[in-house]
Amino acid sequence: MEALSETTPQASAGAALPLLRIDAVGKRFGGFTAVDDLSLDIKAGEFFALLGPSGCGKTTLLRMLAGFEMPESGRILLNGEDVASMPPHRRPVNMMFQSYALFPHLNVRDNIAFGLRRAGVSRVEINARVAELVALVRLEGLEKRRPEQLSGGQRQRVALARAVARRPRLLLLDEPLAALDKKLRDSTQRELLALQRKLGLTFIVVTHDQDEAMTLADRIGVMNAGRLVQVATPRQLYEEPRSRWVAEFVGDINIVEGRIEARDAGRLRVTTQGAGVLTALAPRGFGDVADVCVAIRPEKIRLSQRAPADNSGASTINRLEGTIADVNYLGSASSYTIALDGGATLRASLANAARVNADAYAVGQRVTAWFSPDDCVVLDR
Amino acid sequence: MSGRRFAAMSRFNVVSLALGFAFLYLPIVILVIYSFNASQLVTVWGGWSLRWYTAFFNDEAMLAAAATSLRVAAVSATLAAVLGTLAALALVRGERFKGRTLFSGMLYAPLVMPEVITGLSLLLLFVALGAERGFWTVTIAHTTLTMCFVAVIVQSRLGSIDRSLEEAAMDLGCGPVKAFVAVTLPLIAPAIAAGWMLAFTLSLDDLVIASFTTGPGSATLPIRIYSEVRLGVKPEINAICALIIGAVTLAIVTASLAAKLSSRRGGNAAPM
Repeated sequence: MEALSETTPQASAGAALPLLRIDAVGKRFGGFTAVDDLSLDIKAGEFFALLGPSGCGKTTLLRMLAGFEMPESGRILLNGEDVASMPPHRRPVNMMFQSYALFPHLNVRDNIAFGLRRAGVSRVEINARVAELVALVRLEGLEKRRPEQLSGGQRQRVALARAVARRPRLLLLDEPLAALDKKLRDSTQRELLALQRKLGLTFIVVTHDQDEAMTLADRIGVMNAGRLVQVATPRQLYEEPRSRWVAEFVGDINIVEGRIEARDAGRLRVTTQGAGVLTALAPRGFGDVADVCVAIRPEKIRLSQRAPADNSGASTINRLEGTIADVNYLGSASSYTIALDGGATLRASLANAARVNADAYAVGQRVTAWFSPDDCVVLDR
Repeated sequence: MSGRRFAAMSRFNVVSLALGFAFLYLPIVILVIYSFNASQLVTVWGGWSLRWYTAFFNDEAMLAAAATSLRVAAVSATLAAVLGTLAALALVRGERFKGRTLFSGMLYAPLVMPEVITGLSLLLLFVALGAERGFWTVTIAHTTLTMCFVAVIVQSRLGSIDRSLEEAAMDLGCGPVKAFVAVTLPLIAPAIAAGWMLAFTLSLDDLVIASFTTGPGSATLPIRIYSEVRLGVKPEINAICALIIGAVTLAIVTASLAAKLSSRRGGNAAPM
């Protein structure tokens, strides 16, 4: 994995150091390995998301960056300085907590000014900075309110203002939007992005919500069982997953298992269990394995009542005959479950582009599902 | 309290409520009224007078006992507030501390232990140590009893505080001690105040433990009153009791107001 191999110390000798280098960091709690020999580089100004199921170690990693947990092995280099054993109050890093952790006995103003007071900033400058931050997160007129008198969205903005007040090199956000309802989450996501660009800060956000990670992040690190399984841009992660686990974790996907029959001209022919013989694009650097699985996203599958005509050399198009087994109307799209004649089940997602056309296919109808070899991802089983 | 709920009560409910309150508070009301009695005899009404209050304020021995009681109560409540808060911190925050379950069980023991046993065991301890019994032995005895109450009150408040508040303070540049002082202490202060009030009241009321652990010359007010009453109830006692009731009521009301304030600040409830 390229993003991981970059992080070996030898590779960077002489090259400019990244803002943050996590180097072979490990952490165990009793017999449970929370973070397992993990390495990662974060560039200055980047918006990075750590995505993973609960218990994958992403929060532990974040807490090690903040200084609330000490790693058992490895180094955490911030601007080249090892901060792994530095206590939280000495680190030039700030964190926004999932619960926001606003001080209930202080008003909005004093919450935001809290970190500045500790830093020994002069009273005049504190006033100026707080006024600036209050304007930045649009909380004018609420300075004297206590956290309990604010709405969820307002609290989130106070927490954000407080966390960026000291202008940290690195801002850590633990599930920053989890406590907000759906509508508010969408607008807050845009605000968060705008704020990050405006302040030029480096953000690391921990989330279990892949839509959030996709929307916000420049790069996403997917974690499972204490390890980073793939580090990539949102597009790469979705379109070019490196493993079956990532393919299944990120988004919806159909997976059929099979054996490679033939390789020619960059194409693989895979005999699958239950979906006939499929043609797929041979991935770069794919090892010499025979047992593979073919993965295809539901929205890349098209349906038609008759087999599509072969034109413009599309003879390699994958065509599968089957019967519609289930239809789920989801508003913007409909999800169809197709029982293939070969025995496998396929899910296809079709946009409801026209109002009256919504029920184009009904349960029991015979259809042909077809998709391009370029849209298939071949993965190691 | 909603007036609507009162309006919805049936006549039976009103009567039983009145009887219940009368049973609880009528004796106290009678005692307060009789403290203003002009008559020499406790049971005969002889008109309104402040005579027995004057008598009390001229009774040197009784005043000395009251002063001792107040000093014992103030000192032991303060010690109990400090120790009880530390114990609560150890119980709530000390995840790595081994005998936590045992310690928390032991903390509750004095709450359920008959006072006679607590008093007797402390007496034996003081005798064994050769400590001279007096003001300090009573104070220590009261501290051991009342710190448990403080610990229980502070513990429940502390448990309801989000742990990440202190972490946030550390994240924003406070060392661990500074974070405690700047964030946790203000949040548990009302609970500590409530605990102090309760400890003060308990110490002021206590007869049993005090009589085991006190020495000559440092009789507390309840001990003094008890020994007077054995010789026959003087109306002066009524006046003293009325004053004590006033003080205790004030303390309890303040304590519960403090607890209410504490729970309103943090969102979660403190006991009382």
